[in-house]
Amino acid sequence: MARITASVYTSHVPAIGAAMDLGKTQEPYWQKVFSGYDFSREWVKRNRPDVVFLVYNDHATAFSLDIIPTFAIGTAAEYAIADEGWGPRPVPKVIGHPELASHIAQSVIQDDFDLTIVNKMDVDHGLTVPLSLLFGQTEAWPCKVIPFAVNVVQYPVPSGRRCFELGKAIRKAIESFDENLNVQIWGTGGMSHQLQGPRAGLINKDWDNRFLDRLIAEPEALAQVPHIEYVREAGSEGIELVMWLIARGAMSDITGAKAPTVAHRFYHVPASNTAVGHMILENA
Amino acid sequence: MSLHKPYLDVPGTTIFDAEQSRKGYWLNQFCMSLMKAENRARFKANERAYLDEWAMTEAQKQAVLDRDLNRCIALGGNIYFLAKIGSTDGKSFQQMAGSMTGMTEEEYRDMMVKGGRSAEGNRVVGEDGDAQAHRQPQGIAGRAAKGT
Repeated sequence: MARITASVYTSHVPAIGAAMDLGKTQEPYWQKVFSGYDFSREWVKRNRPDVVFLVYNDHATAFSLDIIPTFAIGTAAEYAIADEGWGPRPVPKVIGHPELASHIAQSVIQDDFDLTIVNKMDVDHGLTVPLSLLFGQTEAWPCKVIPFAVNVVQYPVPSGRRCFELGKAIRKAIESFDENLNVQIWGTGGMSHQLQGPRAGLINKDWDNRFLDRLIAEPEALAQVPHIEYVREAGSEGIELVMWLIARGAMSDITGAKAPTVAHRFYHVPASNTAVGHMILENA
Repeated sequence: MSLHKPYLDVPGTTIFDAEQSRKGYWLNQFCMSLMKAENRARFKANERAYLDEWAMTEAQKQAVLDRDLNRCIALGGNIYFLAKIGSTDGKSFQQMAGSMTGMTEEEYRDMMVKGGRSAEGNRVVGEDGDAQAHRQPQGIAGRAAKGT
């Protein structure tokens, strides 16, 4: 059967992708960001997933204001890289896993989460920057990817509690798939940042680090934090962090197994407007 | 009965909710059109003519022409959509975000490198943080406005 072996959490700042695409990774400003991923690139070579279930948000790319799905699962065979206004990033196209994705959709919908099923969409930096951070510059991504897009653009976005519960349903779905697959679930976005208005540039190091502590040790309590706390403490775009709770809810300690191992933890300010957080949790 | 909106008293912040989205529908859809290279070229060739193809309000069109992102947001724009204007202009997200504070590009970048804007005094309207209305614009522009 398929198993979730680990969860990976990372910010997905577009400027990180641009720094890689434009060959700036050795500049001191960016070195500090990328140094936090040296371990992870080695780790992912040793723990190569067959499939990454990648939770991210679309940034007004595949979804305009015409259609705003709260949760959208990609069931396509492949996904093109989006042109976000400066041409598509020069990274490989993303290969999906339609069989597993459809299986997850069926299971999760039967568990009362009303997913939108997407068979055609371009993927933006929210999805490609995490892949670049973990796999580096490559001719082809080394695994299949199931894109899972969460609306965090138009309020109200789903609550932390709902995201956490959804994670549980996703794990149940994955573990009922017959093929032997090593699946990782990645939660992306955050950490504290605000991109708009006179309050742009807000960063809250203490709050972010407490979020990481609680994500490890008391995720269920963390999932009860209301949106307004994210907005006040971590900035209007810090709300992206609810997506990390989907990945955390999919870990096996949530239903009684041993606590996960913290394989890696990293925090740095800034990348462009944003606090960068990154963590790897391995299932016991 | 009115909707629950606990986020209206966060200083310097507009939450893009259903009401803002409804106001900004055409403004944001115009921005979306700039994801196609041929539309970017047409917009750049004649901004006014291109904007007139959209059912936007005159105020929204003027805010775009002025590249006044705070005004665009007040009129229903969302930053992820407005970012398409910035990328059409060749601006980074940091330049766009910084432009909304009144700070120069350098001032804003320095603030970020030093750890970003503190949440202290910036959580609720009426405190004294640097994002509060009475402290705008920020940076050199603000000091010039106060004559100090």
